[in-house]
Amino acid sequence: MSKVILQVDNLKQYFRIDRHTTTRAVDNVSFKVYEGEIFSVVGESGSGKSTLGRSLIRIYDANAGEVTFLGRKITGKLNGETMKFLRKNMQMIFQDPMASLNPRKKVLDTVAFGLDVAKEVKTKEERKQRVIQVLKSVGLSEDHIARYPHMFSGGQRQRIGVARALVMDPKFIIADEIISALDVSIQAQVINLMRKIQKEKGLTLMFIAHDLSMVRYISDRVAVMHLGHIVEMGTVEDIYEHPLHPYTKSLLSAIPHPDPDSEKLRKRVLYHKQNIDYNHGQIQSLNDTHTVLATEEQLNAWQKGDYSDILVQM
Amino acid sequence: MENITKEMFNPVLTQDHQIQEMVFDTGATFFKDAWKRFKKNKGGVIGLFAIIFILSMALIGPMLGTHIYNELIAEHIDLPARVPFLENFGFFDGSVNGLNPYISRGLTDVYYWFGTDNLGRDLWARVWMGTRISFFVAFVAVAIDVVFGITYGLISGYFGGKVDLVMQRVVEVISGIPNLVVVILLVLVLKPGLTSIILALMITGWISMSRVVRSQTLKIKEMEFVLAAKSLGASSFFIIVKEVLPNIIGQIIVMTMFSIPSAIFYESFLAFIGLGLQPPIASLGVLISRGYLAMLTYPHMVTFPVIVLSTLMLSFNLVADGLRDAFDPKMKGF
Amino acid sequence: MEQKPILEVKNLQISFQLNFGVNHVIRDISFHLNKGETLAIVGESGSGKSVTTKSILGLIDDNGAVEVGSCLFRYQKDGKDIEVDLLKCGKDYLQKNIRGNKIAIIFQDPMTSLDPTMKVGNQIMEGMRDHKKVKSRKEAVRRTIELLELVGIDLPEKRINQYPHQLSGGMRQRVVIAIALACEPDVLIADEPTTALDVTIQSQILELIKDIQKKTGVAIIFITHDLGVVANVADRVAVMYAGKIVETGLASEIYYNPKHPYTWGLLSSIPSMSGQNEEILSIPGTPPNLIQPPKGDAFAYRSDYAMAIDFEEHPPMFQVSDTHYVASWLLHPDAPKVNMPSVLQARIDSYKKRGDTNEQSHFTGR
Repeated sequence: MSKVILQVDNLKQYFRIDRHTTTRAVDNVSFKVYEGEIFSVVGESGSGKSTLGRSLIRIYDANAGEVTFLGRKITGKLNGETMKFLRKNMQMIFQDPMASLNPRKKVLDTVAFGLDVAKEVKTKEERKQRVIQVLKSVGLSEDHIARYPHMFSGGQRQRIGVARALVMDPKFIIADEIISALDVSIQAQVINLMRKIQKEKGLTLMFIAHDLSMVRYISDRVAVMHLGHIVEMGTVEDIYEHPLHPYTKSLLSAIPHPDPDSEKLRKRVLYHKQNIDYNHGQIQSLNDTHTVLATEEQLNAWQKGDYSDILVQM
Repeated sequence: MENITKEMFNPVLTQDHQIQEMVFDTGATFFKDAWKRFKKNKGGVIGLFAIIFILSMALIGPMLGTHIYNELIAEHIDLPARVPFLENFGFFDGSVNGLNPYISRGLTDVYYWFGTDNLGRDLWARVWMGTRISFFVAFVAVAIDVVFGITYGLISGYFGGKVDLVMQRVVEVISGIPNLVVVILLVLVLKPGLTSIILALMITGWISMSRVVRSQTLKIKEMEFVLAAKSLGASSFFIIVKEVLPNIIGQIIVMTMFSIPSAIFYESFLAFIGLGLQPPIASLGVLISRGYLAMLTYPHMVTFPVIVLSTLMLSFNLVADGLRDAFDPKMKGF
Repeated sequence: MEQKPILEVKNLQISFQLNFGVNHVIRDISFHLNKGETLAIVGESGSGKSVTTKSILGLIDDNGAVEVGSCLFRYQKDGKDIEVDLLKCGKDYLQKNIRGNKIAIIFQDPMTSLDPTMKVGNQIMEGMRDHKKVKSRKEAVRRTIELLELVGIDLPEKRINQYPHQLSGGMRQRVVIAIALACEPDVLIADEPTTALDVTIQSQILELIKDIQKKTGVAIIFITHDLGVVANVADRVAVMYAGKIVETGLASEIYYNPKHPYTWGLLSSIPSMSGQNEEILSIPGTPPNLIQPPKGDAFAYRSDYAMAIDFEEHPPMFQVSDTHYVASWLLHPDAPKVNMPSVLQARIDSYKKRGDTNEQSHFTGR
């Protein structure tokens, strides 16, 4: 297997709500991302998947744990040089195509923002050329640079967001729910664009999503997150063909298919999370690539297909 | 339908018709758009014209009259308004309570457009000089709002946490002291005058602006484009200036426009109760407080400054209202 | 003779007056809704699918106007059959007789469609009492508990006295549905009711809507941008693009025998779960703006199957079967024969194969 680009060990990100409550958005999460792959994190809202991405790119400061990116430690206090290295090589694309672009800035200035901050370009002309070049790679053209975000459709805006991340030539991109606010037809457009760019530039992509069908289509490996924990992780085949964790199973049973006849017969399962406490579980390896969070008893039961109390037919 | 031919069913290759990235250009930036909407607001436009008119009169008015604003002419005291030409129609002819002092004093070729005060000073010149003061106070109010209010609000809102906690407690303490108490204390220490008014505005005038800016900043800083700027490594200063500020500028302008009339009124109010400017300086407040003493015998002394003051305040409010509607985010985009 | 449809929209045209022009949002659409069925209206944002249903209830913004068209609604009042054109009967009439009472609507975001300061129970009872469906408060409470049970909320007696923020997202949407059902409407309009929800909750809400229809026989208009979501619930589907209906038919016809290139695009942009390395095809470009609607077939500008005539004239509705209509010049006898993308064909074939062996399906295509 290829080189590890990002290694996360026991990352914890807590938020204090008030004196009595602390939300454990990300709770003891460990994983590795290999160079050139597409690694997906799936889970429903509140599972901590977006927080995880933001902690990695240092929008939040993690409470505990260690993250190593391209051989450098990027948790804790960073010196200026490491920070610059991180900002250049790790980029993020955001969820909401409306809110992720500053409505008062032209496309040129939005996309060139990274260049401006890093003082990477010397002349105005060079800045413009860099922006045009990256806009072309996301299917937009030179004519668009002097426009404001509200003139674009959702899909176009999301591509501007992609361009903003790409302009720095990063090695690693975190795509945080980039398609969930888009129409299905446009989702495919953005996904195919991401795949194309990933192939052309040899990028590593961390794809955060709640849509399991798109994830299957795009990813190499998948981590399923629930309540701040990674409950199951493996290759696409591991997760989609041989899911073991009941939460994964319930997620898979909920995906709608464009196939009315089979839909009418499909049985869906309901997941009773009250009957599971993730803090008791350990990461259990099922094979080289496939891990699941469970206690010994749970693992044994699940492997026998016994999900009583946890999964209920709807 | 009748002229459909077989040839029309030839496929058109994608390259030929070129799948376009359609962008709909409304042809307007944020401000152009707002301006367009503002122009549709009748009240706002009228207000704007009234302000422009009063401002130009404040600048050139004193020069148009025949007298200097602080020139005392003993023979000319308590003269009502008299305007050439208009006097032929029975008003502005210099008569008051059935008497015409111009004629009784033999001042047949003397004209005071707004009349004179009890010391024989030209009210026309004094009213426009007073308006100058009002505009000056307005300007100072805006400057204070911008410099203190915006900076304070941005810092408090953007950094949040402990910074916000401390800064907001300070604001609470300041806003807890009544305005009038501050002014009286200042007047005790300094002399009544512009300096103490400006100092009073400095101490209390920016509070509401800082609150608005803070709450807007709190909202904007959670937006994803600010997170994006952070993830690109922008410094806080950079983010505040380039990302947050442009998005709240609309509210700031509206808020400023609303704070202008209240500052103008504040000055007049202080002058009226004797804590503000003192004669011989002419401010609208001073003129009103003096004219008010002789209101029943010589109504012209209070009428003109009151009309100018009210028109000015009303106009600023109308403009502010119009701007608020023009910047209303509900109308933005489509 | 077949029963007349409960709702019949004919030649509807709606436009919005904007600062910089007139936005022709709905450009001549006609459809009908039969008693007790589910019609899915599918389209991208900006296709006009929400505006259509809002106009039925007189809920469009002030700058919007219905230019042409009618919307016949047939209902019973005090045992009498009444037929009324909803677009002409005035807001008071709508408010008194139709809205909430005969036609109810569920919006996308359960967070904003509930009043945060009002107890859940009161919000459900409000409609009942307004439309005088119940005589006493006691009866209203009893009905409310029944409704909450119907929408699958446990401990209804307790929930009645809770506020919206005490409920989860899925629960809130269930409450919204209960409110809509409070007056036993004949028609339920669901405007993207699951878009803001997680997949697992989404499937539960879909099951619930199906279940409710079975129990109450309400006719449903289901608006969505995702053909995948409605496969389970729709009896008929209408696909909208740029303010027009481009294809309409039974669910089986739309899913297994689509004829319009736009429907092909929509279906093939949903990733299938069967094969992994299968390609998904995206529809290139962006939807047109309707301030200057493109000449001819609006979709031609994004289509790989465009013909010269597409840029000249809008196609009429071609009939494929009794229930299946398609607005595309590709169905004209003079048009070249084209097939749907092979990826999509392969996928549908795989569905059919399974369907044949299960003997579950009924295909109506050619």
